[in-house]
Amino acid sequence: MGTALSREDLLEAYRRMKTIREFEERVHVEFAKGGIPGFVHLYAGEEASAAGVCMNLTDDDKIASTHRGHGHCIAKGVDVKGMMAEIYGKRTGTCHGKGGSMHIADLDTGMLGANGIVGGGPPLVCGAALAAKMKGTGGVAVAFFGDGASNQGTTFESMNLAAAWKIPAIFVAENNGYAEATSSKFSVACGDVSVRAAGFGMPGVMVDGHDFFAVYEAMRVAVERARRGEGPSLVEVKLDRFYGHFEGDNQSYRAPDEVKNVRATKDCLNRFKARVMRDHNISETELTAIDDEIARLIEESVAEAVAAPNPTPEDLLTDVYIKY
Amino acid sequence: MARKISYQQAINEALDQEMARDPSVIIMGEDVVGGTGGDGEMDAWGGVLGVTKGLYGKYGNRIMDTPISESAFVGAAIGAATCGMRPVCELMFIDFLGVCFDQIYNQAAKFRYMFGGKARTPVVIRTMIGAGFRAAAQHSQCLYPIFTHIPGLKVVIPSSPYDAKGLLIQAIRDDDPVIFCEHKGLYAQEGDVPEESYTIPFGEANIVREGKDVTIVALARMVSMAKKAADVLAKEGISCEIIDPRTTSPFDEDTILESVENTGHLVIVDESSPRCGMAADISAMVAQKGFGLLRAPIQMVTPPHTPVPFSGTLEDLYIPNPAKIEAAVRKCMEYA
Repeated sequence: MGTALSREDLLEAYRRMKTIREFEERVHVEFAKGGIPGFVHLYAGEEASAAGVCMNLTDDDKIASTHRGHGHCIAKGVDVKGMMAEIYGKRTGTCHGKGGSMHIADLDTGMLGANGIVGGGPPLVCGAALAAKMKGTGGVAVAFFGDGASNQGTTFESMNLAAAWKIPAIFVAENNGYAEATSSKFSVACGDVSVRAAGFGMPGVMVDGHDFFAVYEAMRVAVERARRGEGPSLVEVKLDRFYGHFEGDNQSYRAPDEVKNVRATKDCLNRFKARVMRDHNISETELTAIDDEIARLIEESVAEAVAAPNPTPEDLLTDVYIKY
Repeated sequence: MARKISYQQAINEALDQEMARDPSVIIMGEDVVGGTGGDGEMDAWGGVLGVTKGLYGKYGNRIMDTPISESAFVGAAIGAATCGMRPVCELMFIDFLGVCFDQIYNQAAKFRYMFGGKARTPVVIRTMIGAGFRAAAQHSQCLYPIFTHIPGLKVVIPSSPYDAKGLLIQAIRDDDPVIFCEHKGLYAQEGDVPEESYTIPFGEANIVREGKDVTIVALARMVSMAKKAADVLAKEGISCEIIDPRTTSPFDEDTILESVENTGHLVIVDESSPRCGMAADISAMVAQKGFGLLRAPIQMVTPPHTPVPFSGTLEDLYIPNPAKIEAAVRKCMEYA
């Protein structure tokens, strides 16, 4: 399968995926050591989805994310150091320590927010897509949601509204097989999320989420359709998470060797590396150089986050309203 | 130039003038146009009670019908607001908040704070409140205390055509999410309204009637009930000061405390349910900050703690009325 991506694009895609992986692996370690407060939901294993989707987007395009949002943020260009500081609850964080892992947002890069409410994002994406249509920007808006949110009424309502209004919204169902501890084989009554597209009069496709190129191509088609003014699409990305629902989840609902096997045989980064070295004249040395840069970035992110100041007592009362 | 128009016309005029002034103002909701996709005429309804009638003819696709999907279109209004629009979204009856509340209280209300002060969500949610239409338990409530409870939302409850226009224009220009509650029992009420555009700031109560013996705080349709009661009581030699807070969030405490300082007596009239309602909230505020000013126990005139009944016999008993307000004032005045 060919690709519209340039060599530079491919290196950028690798950089995004690898940054997500290293970020999440490090958060896993630091959380276990007790340095990170609250709940964190790791995206490791799903990197090809965020990168495959966001490599089709510009800063003018919008995304809404989920509780498992770190990967979407990084893929959309949110500052990694700000994210790490936010996860530590520090004043230097993306949201000045008032949002945390589940609420990282950066409107300047078109990241409308991770979301603590399952199914919270799709209605907002309808609004972002409507705004793009009314302003004539040619922009699109993407709702990331999981197999869990695929069963929420808000998601159904939003797909219907997007089709009725014919707005440039794209619904990306990241089906990692589990809504918390409940299998999608049980909870998604029709089996695959993608077939639900037919009920809303939009195209629905299913892609292998371990394959960056498959996600990228499916999204390219959906984004081009949306930019042409032909309305929304649903893309179901089948993938696996390397960790539990949240950190601390013992995952006893998964088969004993499930994660081990996924890591060994379906790691999207390994697949990507093998393919670009084989087909795109990209060398191991180039990728290793990126790895080294990312390792330094993550190291600095953690060191700076740990050293950063906490919010001040005055911060408790600010930014509830613009004016009150 | 002022002329008499209805509360409903005042709202329509505010929407019209703001849409003419600012192209980012858009309207969405169920049947706000009426007729989309059908074989008959467009703008068939202009809102279920005709409040947005005529705007489609002037502004075309800036006013949009929606499927009956409150979560999706209220959320879409909120999402569009974060992306540079100023949507005015119609939640037909406030009773319907149950099918879209997450988008309002977990999303719109929290973006600014949760995102470290970077979000701007200038959305207005217009919604009908109030009993008196034999519309029964799911189309008659006054649920504004629920919104008032949520930090990040502003809550506006106009009681006259003049206030309706000025407060709605303010709401549309405001950069925070605003819940704009329109009492359906006031739509036909007429009053002086300037033709030109004007705003009324939030958090400034209106002294509807000056008096020296007792302070009556009333909201929405209860203001006109209080006025009727005050007319009767004046003949008995009791002088009532009526204060309409106009917005419950932000809330003007000072005007009420200053009035109570003069009168020493406080009656609060509210059509919302008594438990955790506005009457209880205002009462607590005055008890805490103005205890020394009071010469009598605070009286609250509210419906009973029941759903709104259907039968006219029961609904008339449910809604506070001038006679109940008069009785509360007289009871208050038993204490010198």
